[in-house]
Amino acid sequence: MGRQAYDGVVLAAPFTAPYTRFSNETAHWWIARALRGSLQVAGLSPRQIDGFAVASFTLFPDTPVALTQHLGLSPRWLDSVPMGGASGIVALRRAARAVQAGDAEVVACVAGDTNAIDGFRKLLSAFSRFALDASYPYGYGGPNASFALLMDRYMTEYGATRADFGHVAVAQRANALRNPHALMKKPLSHDDYLNARPIAEPIALFDCVMPCAGAEAFLVMTEDRARALGLPYARIRSTIERHNAFADDPVQLRGGWVVDVDELWQMAAMGPEDMDLVQTYDDYPVISVMQFEDLGFCAKGEGATYLRARDLTIGGDLPHNTSGGQLSAGQAGAAGGFIGMVEALRQVTATAGPTQVDAARRALVSGFGMINFDRGVCSAACVLEGGA
Amino acid sequence: MTQPLAPPPKKNPERRTPVPMLPPGTRSRAGLGLALAAGQGRFALQVCTECGAVQYPPRDACHQCLATDLAWRDLPSGGQLLAETTIHASSDPYFRERLPWRAGTVQLDAGPVVLAHIHGDVARGARVRMALMLDRAGQGVLVALPEQETPHMQDDTILRAMGTHPRHRRVLITDARAPEAVALARALLDAGVAQVFMGLAEAWRPFPGRTRLEALDKVSLHRLDVTDAESLTDLAGAIGGKVDILINNARHIRPGGVIGASLTDARDSMEIGALGLMRLAQAFGPGMRARGADGVNSAVAWVNVLPAQALAHDPGFAGAVAAGAAARALSLSLRAELRGGGIRLLHVHAGPMDDEWHQPLPPPKLAPAALARAIVQGLEQGLEEIHAGDVARDLAQRFAENPALLAREMEGGA
Repeated sequence: MGRQAYDGVVLAAPFTAPYTRFSNETAHWWIARALRGSLQVAGLSPRQIDGFAVASFTLFPDTPVALTQHLGLSPRWLDSVPMGGASGIVALRRAARAVQAGDAEVVACVAGDTNAIDGFRKLLSAFSRFALDASYPYGYGGPNASFALLMDRYMTEYGATRADFGHVAVAQRANALRNPHALMKKPLSHDDYLNARPIAEPIALFDCVMPCAGAEAFLVMTEDRARALGLPYARIRSTIERHNAFADDPVQLRGGWVVDVDELWQMAAMGPEDMDLVQTYDDYPVISVMQFEDLGFCAKGEGATYLRARDLTIGGDLPHNTSGGQLSAGQAGAAGGFIGMVEALRQVTATAGPTQVDAARRALVSGFGMINFDRGVCSAACVLEGGA
Repeated sequence: MTQPLAPPPKKNPERRTPVPMLPPGTRSRAGLGLALAAGQGRFALQVCTECGAVQYPPRDACHQCLATDLAWRDLPSGGQLLAETTIHASSDPYFRERLPWRAGTVQLDAGPVVLAHIHGDVARGARVRMALMLDRAGQGVLVALPEQETPHMQDDTILRAMGTHPRHRRVLITDARAPEAVALARALLDAGVAQVFMGLAEAWRPFPGRTRLEALDKVSLHRLDVTDAESLTDLAGAIGGKVDILINNARHIRPGGVIGASLTDARDSMEIGALGLMRLAQAFGPGMRARGADGVNSAVAWVNVLPAQALAHDPGFAGAVAAGAAARALSLSLRAELRGGGIRLLHVHAGPMDDEWHQPLPPPKLAPAALARAIVQGLEQGLEEIHAGDVARDLAQRFAENPALLAREMEGGA
């Protein structure tokens, strides 16, 4: 196996356009804000990027093509990344190779979505054909119901309890309280979690993300360019991506990471124990638990026990979703696929401010996306390391 | 265990009748195949004609071998409940009014894993019997039922929300004089209906069933002539708000071909069978469509009894069958118009009946009681297309296989 390393390519200039619960602005507006923010961090003008990767659910009827004209960009490399929760890592993978090959010099990777009143219902109502044909007509619980079935099966299979999952949610809320941009501002106690009203059993209120509007961005460029600009940057040690793995598993209890996890750590020449922090895709705590298992932190079925023995807060022994993640900062559509990447980039470049983990150099970022029918189809992960 | 459904209280006229909402009704072209099977009470999914892989959700290409020839085939309906949830929050207005709602993941014996509605009597992790049923939007959905019958299982909230069961409902039968009228009234009473209104044209003309109908409790006779719009307006004004199920069995079957036939008979067949349906729909359709969510005895179904030969033609009953074909076409349009109110339109294709107008025909012929049973079963199961009698079933099968060949075969008589 001879995968080429990502030598000479880095990511820099993380920017988060602060989320709002509802917004009358458009995806175009949100993407412009994040792009502008990232460019300002880098000291670049829009004319100076020649690559553009976009992830968004609410651009319709536009595509990234229309965005170039709308935003006055003239890239020589353009990509649309429709992979939801995996879109941050997938965008990075593609952009990094483009920069490495010289097809582009600076690629702006941006994800952004708006959330008008009733916008989430409308977004869901045309999400995928399988969802229209085979999932919405069954109670229309949306992703909550789909993941409730997964969580129900997981609990039956491995004996995990709601209290185990509460440990993840409660720690993330503690992290979010240090992030001024997190939508959730109130402390969450373990009892709050356990006594929350049911949404789709066994999922209750604090297992769910809050749909919101927002955008996230970062730039991919050569290491030389980042140095010339005087930017703190992160190197890409390893990445993996997989779609529709284990299609014959009756209920999704593992994701595509399992197929590629050995390659992930081999390419990085590191292991899970080397990570200073972990950013999982946390649409539900059970999914975060699954990622710790599938990415090699512990055996399958032991994730809940493994995590309960760990302190997942910023000051803990396994800092996890340090910005509060989607569970406590909010799920801004496709930006939910970028939130972990952008936060990890801040962390390993020591620019995370109030959520900074001490001496954070190495981070694992994991992505999971797109419930086409009964399960998340896309999985991805990458290992970042702070430069110089 | 399912609690038996209590009869509804008298309607409070001061309360607003709830606006009928429908569950999500958008489907792909392949996805519509579920509704076709569900409407016929079949449990069918797509099967790859090359490698035999069963497909779900409905697809355009085989997920095993990429072949594009996928055929709908009847399959074993057993399954095992793997995971379940009870939904307490939904952004969809239809489900939001009906929470909590139980749904689950079922491993089908036929292969695929599906998401399904779960009947209240199904235990966690139990074996289930799957059914494809029409929901209120008229789309086919999978329902996991207890493997064995349970008491009052028809009264389950999910089945009641989707189905057209006559229990506690009030039914209008348009033609008290039709051969199946008495048997139909009895079968409906046995199914638990609250009231049977029977329409009677030219009430002065005696007919043998009259005394038997008058002897039945909860059955009343009303002036109704589908060729007389005024009689329909009058009756709709009197009982239109109480008709939960309308069974239009008014038809005028007379023998004869085209060249030597009576135009008067043909016109009567059209006036009663086809235009009568249209008049009825104009009188009763608006009220029913507005009452699709009106509690336990909401309006749910419209039944049209059609001659089975209406799928093609019949040289021995040319005019009557042509009226049936016209009625069927009108009825398909009416089905679309009623769907917005959540009202199911059931076609009952009746084979030649054992009556005076089919007297010279050889058997098998359809007994009035058999037709009545088929109609009530169709309502109990929430179907959309049923074929009553051996001749009707045979015609339907031949029609499905090759409509042109059927038409040619009918030239020599069915």
